[in-house]
Order: sequence, then structure tokens, then C-alpha cells
Amino acid sequence: MNFVMPDLYPASAEIFLLLMTCVVLLVGLFAGKGRHWLVYLLTQLTLTGCFAITFVTLDGQAVTTFSNMFVDDLFADFLKLVLYPTVAVMLVYSREYLAARNLDKSEFYLLVLFATLGMMVMISASHFLTIYLGLELLALSLYALVALDRDSARATEAAMKYFVLGAMASGLLLYGFSMVYGATGSLDIVEVGQRIATGSGNKTVLVFGLVFVIAGLAFKLGVVPFHMWIPDVYHGAPTAVTLFIGSAPKLAAFAIAMRVLVTGLAELAEHWQVMLTILAALSIALGNLAAIAQTNLKRMLAYSTISHMGFMLLGILSGIVGGDPRFALNAYSSAMFYAITYVLMSLGAFGMILLLSRASFEAENIEDFKGLNKRSPWFAAMMLILMFSMAGMPFFVGFFAKFAVLQAVVAAKMVWLAVYAVLFSVIGAFYYLRVVKVMYFDAPTDTAPIEAPRDMRFLISVNCLAVALLGLLPQGALEYSIYATYAFLAGH
Amino acid sequence: MPMDFKTALFYILSAILVIAALRVVTSRNPVHAALFLVLAFFNASGLWLLLQAEFLAIALIVVYVGAVMVLFLFVVMMLDINLERLRQGFWNNLWLGGPIAVLMVVEMIAVLSTRSFGLEALPAPAAAAADYSNTKALGVAIYTEYVYPFELASVILLVALIAAVALNLRQRKDTKQMNPAEQVAVKAKDRVRIVSMPVEKD
Repeated sequence: MNFVMPDLYPASAEIFLLLMTCVVLLVGLFAGKGRHWLVYLLTQLTLTGCFAITFVTLDGQAVTTFSNMFVDDLFADFLKLVLYPTVAVMLVYSREYLAARNLDKSEFYLLVLFATLGMMVMISASHFLTIYLGLELLALSLYALVALDRDSARATEAAMKYFVLGAMASGLLLYGFSMVYGATGSLDIVEVGQRIATGSGNKTVLVFGLVFVIAGLAFKLGVVPFHMWIPDVYHGAPTAVTLFIGSAPKLAAFAIAMRVLVTGLAELAEHWQVMLTILAALSIALGNLAAIAQTNLKRMLAYSTISHMGFMLLGILSGIVGGDPRFALNAYSSAMFYAITYVLMSLGAFGMILLLSRASFEAENIEDFKGLNKRSPWFAAMMLILMFSMAGMPFFVGFFAKFAVLQAVVAAKMVWLAVYAVLFSVIGAFYYLRVVKVMYFDAPTDTAPIEAPRDMRFLISVNCLAVALLGLLPQGALEYSIYATYAFLAGH
Repeated sequence: MPMDFKTALFYILSAILVIAALRVVTSRNPVHAALFLVLAFFNASGLWLLLQAEFLAIALIVVYVGAVMVLFLFVVMMLDINLERLRQGFWNNLWLGGPIAVLMVVEMIAVLSTRSFGLEALPAPAAAAADYSNTKALGVAIYTEYVYPFELASVILLVALIAAVALNLRQRKDTKQMNPAEQVAVKAKDRVRIVSMPVEKD
């Protein structure tokens, strides 16, 4: 067999990232103590470089390489262009927090870079094998990041839970993939889709595999009943790591859900739609109800993540109506818009916790936000924007995200599901508004001034203002997702 | 229908595999559990031999039994694991976990025992030529078609390495460390001080 050199150009961002990660590894090794800024700077440069490369190599064509295992289409490029800034902003937010807790080792930055590579692999995967490997690369880095604070018993416990459940979910996903392979004889996602469409492949086996694939994906997204790890991991991990877990990986999970379900298993849509409906309905209910009972802000945001992911699933499941893919563009782009919006909001919310935290003090309880308005009216207003947006108040971006998804659900003739989702988001508004009430109407218990580096104050303000501004002008971001989804749908 | 030797062997190996796997999770002694896992691996590799996947069968023995399980046994023997504490939650969660597990097993049996998994649905592939090399075929596939996943797997191993170091390397302040370079470069005057003293006279 002759070896044909694969086309490396489409994967240039990934290759650059891997090379730079090795550079960071060596620099971190030899830089010595007190030179962490060098590693930090290199990490940020790497992400900027990746952004530039993806932006420059952006063209409308879908190119596959590495024996069709890697696809570089507009969908992947657009998601990656959101991914890099997310990781970069997360690093800016976490810097002071990590330094105060002696966690700003070069390993932190390395693991973040490796996790980013894993997410890029997932986003660009067009083969079940690469999906799995990207997922493992991401998950393995995340397990280590959660456990990085070795002296904290809570972080260690969270890491153990995450690891055990994550390994089980990977097993489920692999078992599902093996069933799909057994039925179709291919691991190439596009080819699997074609073979199922032409009627080869036993339906029973495929649906049997689909159940396991959905269970694995649901775990990675963290939707009920596969959500158990989310509150504990979000609570136990150092807040900087929580910020990371709660933001960027959702984009990658969205991408693989789209590739596996919509590209690969579209013919089984009637089956996975029912499964996703149950998952979404349970997540929206449990996420919103359980969040009310929380006093810890990190746990509250964890449960709110569960309900947000349920909402995102609503967008994915309403794409195909009775075999009619007319609504696909609208539905999938609304799900993508929701994912991007959620990432923006969760970056801001966990960023606020980091902003208020100091050395040996974690501002992770809702009580710690008491009277924030008196301490800093500006940041109280920023938090207000975030909470209103997460609750889905009109004219913040969260509202438009929910609106777009619900529109897709109604178009798919599932009005009851839309009503149900709206009812629960009204219930959910309670706990978001409680944070606002605590900030504005309670007397502060903590009067320490807010100390944070200037770049973080600036970025978090930009982050929150973007939430407000995108709410007023959602057109651009919506079109962005529509373009990406259009390219995605045209690709198969 | 008389069973041929291969089929009989398959059933024997599978039966031992299932029993061993069950004993891994049920045995009270962690060393026994680890040894049962070794037995399970041996039987699985026997099954792979029946499938003519010789390289994978040998790799399973060499890598898992030879390296991973020995390490595992070391860890089990070095740590004093209190199994009773690990088992505490078992009965509390059984009411929920038990029915779900039973349900899943029943469903899996219902699906897997249908005709879709029968021999008619999955015909045996054509026999390979006598000089067919499994190892060579695997090597060619890994380094050509599957080079991308192969590289990714290597990155995953690198992450595992970094994570293990990051989680375990501790610079303790109270340990005294040696610096071989300094030891070698030592000069006589660093160690011995010659003091000239006046001769004592009585």
C-alpha cells in the first residue's frame, strides 16, 4: 500500500497548537520559578496564533483530510473562532485567582492547551474514532485540572467522581459506536449516514447502538439523568477550572452531537428525537427546580447549566419534523446560537466569582454577593446583566437565544414542549433574580474593596456589555450561526 | 448438530471470561479481584486468537497482563484499602441501581438475542492467505490510513504523563537532596580545611 501524504493545510491550526504546546512545555520546564508570566504569555500568543490561522485559512469549502477523519468546514471554523477567545478570556480571568492559590504552574496552561486541542479535534471530527480520541484528550486534561489543587479534599473528590463517571460514559459511547460500526461497517460519519440511507445496516442494531451513543453524549453535555457529576465537579473544582469546564467544552459537545446525530444518524431522527425530548424535558425541570434550593453560587450555576443544556437540545431535536428537513437550518442554528450565548454568559458569571475572590477567600456563596451594589455599583450592574440574560429577560441575549430555540420548537409542531420550557424558565427566573435582590437590597457583610487586575476588570466589563449589546443587536451573532449551520447542512 | 472444536472452545472461553469478570466485581479481596481480571484478560485474548487476531491477542497479554496488571497488583498490595468502607453505600443505592441494572440487562438480552446478531446477519469474512501477516497489516493501517488517530493517541499519552507528574511531584522542604554535579565538582579545599597550628611544646 502506498502512503499518500495527507493534506496538512486544513489542520494547520491544530498542528500549530500542538507544536506551540510542546514549546510551552519546554519553556515551562526551564523558565524556573517566578517566570510564570512567560508561560502565560506564550499560551495567550498560541491562542492568538490559532485564531489568526483559522481566520486566514477560512474559506467556504469543506475539506477533508487524513483519510476523511478530519473535516475543515465553515461550521468547524466558526466554532473554533468562538473557542479560542473563550479559552483566552478564561485564562485572563483565572490568572490572579491561580496566583493567589499557588496553582499557576505551567502544567495548568499545558493542560488547558491540550484540552483546547481536544476540543478542536472534536469540532473537526468526521470519524467516530477521532470523536472518541478528541473527547478523551479533553476529558483527561479536565480530570487533571480538577485535581490540580492537590491539598483540597473537595477538589480531589470531585476529580474522582468526574473520572469514574467520565470513564463509564466513554465506555457507553464506544459501545454505541461499535454497534453502529457493526451495523454499517464504517466509522466514517458521512459514510455511515449514506449507508443507513441506502438501507444497509440493521435498524435494530443501529437503534440499540444509538441508545448508548445518546447516553454517552448526554453525559458529556450533562443533561438529566446523566447530570450527577455536574454540581459536584463545578462545586469542588477550583473556580478557574470550573469556569473552563463550564464554558468551552459545551461548544465541542454541541459539535459532536451535531456531527453524530445530524450527519451520521439522521435516518434515525425519529428515534433520537424522542430520546432527546425526554432528556431535554427532564433537564429543564430538574435544573431549574434544584437550582432554587442552592445557597452556593457555583452549585446554582451548575444546575442552571443543566437546564441551559436542556434548552440547547430543544434546538437540536426540532430540526427534522416527520422526515421533513425544511426546518433544519433554523433549528440547528438556534441551537448553535444558544450554545455560543451560554458560553458567553457562563464566562461572565464564573468570572464574577473569580473577580470577588481573594487569596484564602472564595466568593462562591450567594451571600458573598450581598450588597455588591454598595461596594461596586459597576460590577453589580454587570452581574445584573448576566443574571437577567440567563433568566431570559427580554432584550438581553439570553432572551433571544431562548426565543430562537422556542421558535424552532413551535415550528416543529411541539407547542406543548415550548409551553413547558417557558413555564420552567419562569420558575428558573426566581433564583437568578434572588442574586440580583441580594446584590441590591441586602446590606454588605463583606466590605473589602474589589481588587482585580485591570485587564480582568476591563474584559469582564466587555464580556457583560457584550451580553447586553448582543441582546439589542442579536442579528450579527444569529447570522453567524446561520452561516455555519448552512455550511454544515450543505456538507452532507 | 455436532459442535466443532472451535465453537466448543469459544463457549468454554466465554463462560470462563464471564465468570471471571463477575468475580472481579464481587470478590472481597482486592488481590483476588486483580487476579480474576488477569484470568479474564487471558480468556479474552483466547477469543481474539479464535478470530485470528493474533497480534492483538499477544498485545493484550503483554500490555495488560504483563504491565498494567502487575502495576495494579503492586498498588493494591501497597495501599491498605478498606473494602468495608467502599461497600457501605451499596445497600443504600441498590433499590435504585438494582432495578435499572436488571432492566438494562433484560433489554440488552432482548436485542442481542434477536436474529439481527445471528450468523446469517454477520457472515464470516473470507479466510486470509497462509502468508498473511496480521502484524504487518496492522502496522500498515496505523501508519498510513490511521496516522491521525495514532498521533492523537500519542498526544493523549503525553497528557497522561504530564498529568501524572503535575499531580504527584511534590517538592518537600524537609527532604535533603543531592546534587550530583556539585558532588563531582567538589574540591579538596571544600571538604578539608588545613589549619596550621603551632606545635605544642611542653
